[in-house]
Amino acid sequence: MEIVTHSLVQIANVHIFPIISFIIFFTFFLLMGYTVYKAPKSYVEEMAKLPLDDNGESLTEDEEDLNA
Amino acid sequence: MKLEKFTYDNQLTKLFMFATVFWGTIGMLVGLTAAFELIFPALNAGIPWLTFSHIRPLHTNAVIFAFVGNGIFTAVYYSTPRLVKNPMYSQLLGKIHFWGWQLIIVSAALTLPFGLTQSKEYAELIWPIDIAVVIVWVVFGINFLMTLIKRRMKHLYVAIWFYIATWVTIAVLYIVNNLQLPTSFLHSYSVYAGVQDALVQWWYGHNAVAFFLTTPYLGIMYYFVPKAANRPIYSYRLSIIHFWSLIFIYIWAGPHHLLYSALPDWVQALGVVFSIMLIAPSWGGMLNGLLTLRGAWDRVREDPVLKMFVVGITAYGMATFEGPMLALKSVNAMSHFTDWTIGHVHVGTLGWNGMLTFGMIYWLAPKLFKTKLYSRALANTHFWIATLGILFFAVPLYFAGFTQSLMWKQFTEAGYLAYPNFLETVTEIMPMYYLRAFGGSLYFAGMILFVINIWKTAVAGTFVRYEEDQAPALEKLRPENVEKLKWGWHRKIEGNAVKFTIFALVAILIGGIVEMVPMFMVKSNVPTIAAVKPYTPLELQGRDIYVSEGCYLCHSQMIRPFRSEVARYGEYTKAGETVYDYPTQYGSKRTGPDLAREGVTSLPNYKPDSWHYNHLIDPQKMNAESIMPPFPWLAVNDLDIASTPAKIRAMMTLGVPYPKGYDTLAVRDLKKQAHEIGDNLRQSGIKVDDNKQIIALIAYLQRLGTDIYKNKK
Repeated sequence: MEIVTHSLVQIANVHIFPIISFIIFFTFFLLMGYTVYKAPKSYVEEMAKLPLDDNGESLTEDEEDLNA
Repeated sequence: MKLEKFTYDNQLTKLFMFATVFWGTIGMLVGLTAAFELIFPALNAGIPWLTFSHIRPLHTNAVIFAFVGNGIFTAVYYSTPRLVKNPMYSQLLGKIHFWGWQLIIVSAALTLPFGLTQSKEYAELIWPIDIAVVIVWVVFGINFLMTLIKRRMKHLYVAIWFYIATWVTIAVLYIVNNLQLPTSFLHSYSVYAGVQDALVQWWYGHNAVAFFLTTPYLGIMYYFVPKAANRPIYSYRLSIIHFWSLIFIYIWAGPHHLLYSALPDWVQALGVVFSIMLIAPSWGGMLNGLLTLRGAWDRVREDPVLKMFVVGITAYGMATFEGPMLALKSVNAMSHFTDWTIGHVHVGTLGWNGMLTFGMIYWLAPKLFKTKLYSRALANTHFWIATLGILFFAVPLYFAGFTQSLMWKQFTEAGYLAYPNFLETVTEIMPMYYLRAFGGSLYFAGMILFVINIWKTAVAGTFVRYEEDQAPALEKLRPENVEKLKWGWHRKIEGNAVKFTIFALVAILIGGIVEMVPMFMVKSNVPTIAAVKPYTPLELQGRDIYVSEGCYLCHSQMIRPFRSEVARYGEYTKAGETVYDYPTQYGSKRTGPDLAREGVTSLPNYKPDSWHYNHLIDPQKMNAESIMPPFPWLAVNDLDIASTPAKIRAMMTLGVPYPKGYDTLAVRDLKKQAHEIGDNLRQSGIKVDDNKQIIALIAYLQRLGTDIYKNKK
């Protein structure tokens, strides 16, 4: 292992790379979780049925309500 | 609301479907031949293009790009128009895409077995074909994205997200990995060398698995499983998390193919961590697929389509659990270079890709030909023999992997290798190779039943080329209302195909950039070694023979820093030793021993020129139990000496420090060295001319690993 740790040490601030990667991923994941949690039920249900739906509608129910 | 009428054209779906069936049969037949050649090395009958190392890349490329590739396009051309309520944008672009792709496959079949290869795994195709691939991929992309832009549905269903990610990521991967400098119409050198090339190769290699074998098939799962089960997808929320986390994480995992190699440890660590994290989205997706069948399990007993889907998705779950486990350094120390990896890969390809393709086509063919499936019983038989085939394929290879690896690492009480002769460890696992060939035969027999069933179905029905549908015109959410939506920002990305593509691109670029930029920028990642010198012209030509004969498919050139490997092969491989290897020949499998120190005279495994000559001509004459194919043509074929100056110039362009103007002197040096080796062989009683390919290959083999040993003397 010495050879590997040796080449590790030679890179300036090498520890920053995994830390940055972790922060990017974790923030992204939290944001995604929050977004999905917030997604309206009507939207989620309509989307889940989409492949089975033979009569397409271009807006979900809540969007139609907004446009009305 | 006024409904607009429009027509779907099924012509291209049908063509792609038939191409999938046809190339699947060919690709698997080639694979089966390769499996039998490992048992009967003489099966190639002395024909170069039939030899294991020539057809193995044909097998991998055929099943990935021809079978799975056409499978992807079948799904995209069928499901996309129906999901966005609009026919495909252009029938002409579709035709160019279809015929262009088939032409590429034929070109691959006419080049790879004949030794025209780059030697980058799953990216072996030579540069003119690479350019064709890029052009056809762009044509496909325009047709696909324009269909999305012109759609009637505001929302893009999750299957389409996976198609988008596939298109954009494969474009990036393919171009970056295939950057090369041509020396002639049929030959080129990769612009990357050594560890950097290895990183790029496996960033590509792993993500070819991710974005060609996985994401588009998840699209298939998200569309065809609900269709066949007549149930909505279990959780759309889960599918959103599944999508973004999968594409974001997958792209980082490539370095787990290079654990304990000369790749810097920080890159290896990133590869491991992200591989472990991959379990979460992969299993999220798998469960989402399986749970879609809730309430439909009674039908799984009867319906071959659903059976295929269940086994396919289960295989996906198993392969995506096993993958991260194999990426753990302690497990990888044992599994890497063995048949375990081959077993793992085939659970994914035969199980996930194969079964999903079969299920999709068993569902689709009756729809396209407006009839019933010719025989449900035949499809059920196919299901069972294919499932058994997968087990007979994978399980023996797991045992072969454990066994061989443990034998490689076994020491006697006195501290010597228990099995110093590599061949002993091969002979031990031969029964497993027999069983694998049996498993492969079963799976292939199933494939034949599939072909018959689909053909009979097509003949019995009438092809429905056009299908009418109707939907309201695209109604836009008024801009002032977008902000009022509870989850406006995601809605904005998702409602716009171009924006979505850009976001997916950003997600996949982050991983690649974090791993690659420091690898290329920070010089200390590849510590230079003064003793390491460029190859002589003859060695360089010999290296090209090594590449075109496909030696890298069975022999690694990467000694890992383990006691067992150092004792067997010599000093472990350093990053600085491979700086002139365009591309690297680390390899990924040891069907034969590692060759990284093949030329070091002070090591116990050293073999003289005459041994190499006789061994290459007839390996079984030297070792009766060897499973290496014979390469007698190397002693017959002349070396293409005229190509030497161009090759040297290309090397110089890439930064190899030959003296200025060396290209004009190279042929003289080449002939001088060839004459020395020729004389040496003739003294051993071998009749050979200096200008034969075998002389160059011996020169290369005798050079391997010697540089750093020069200092030790």
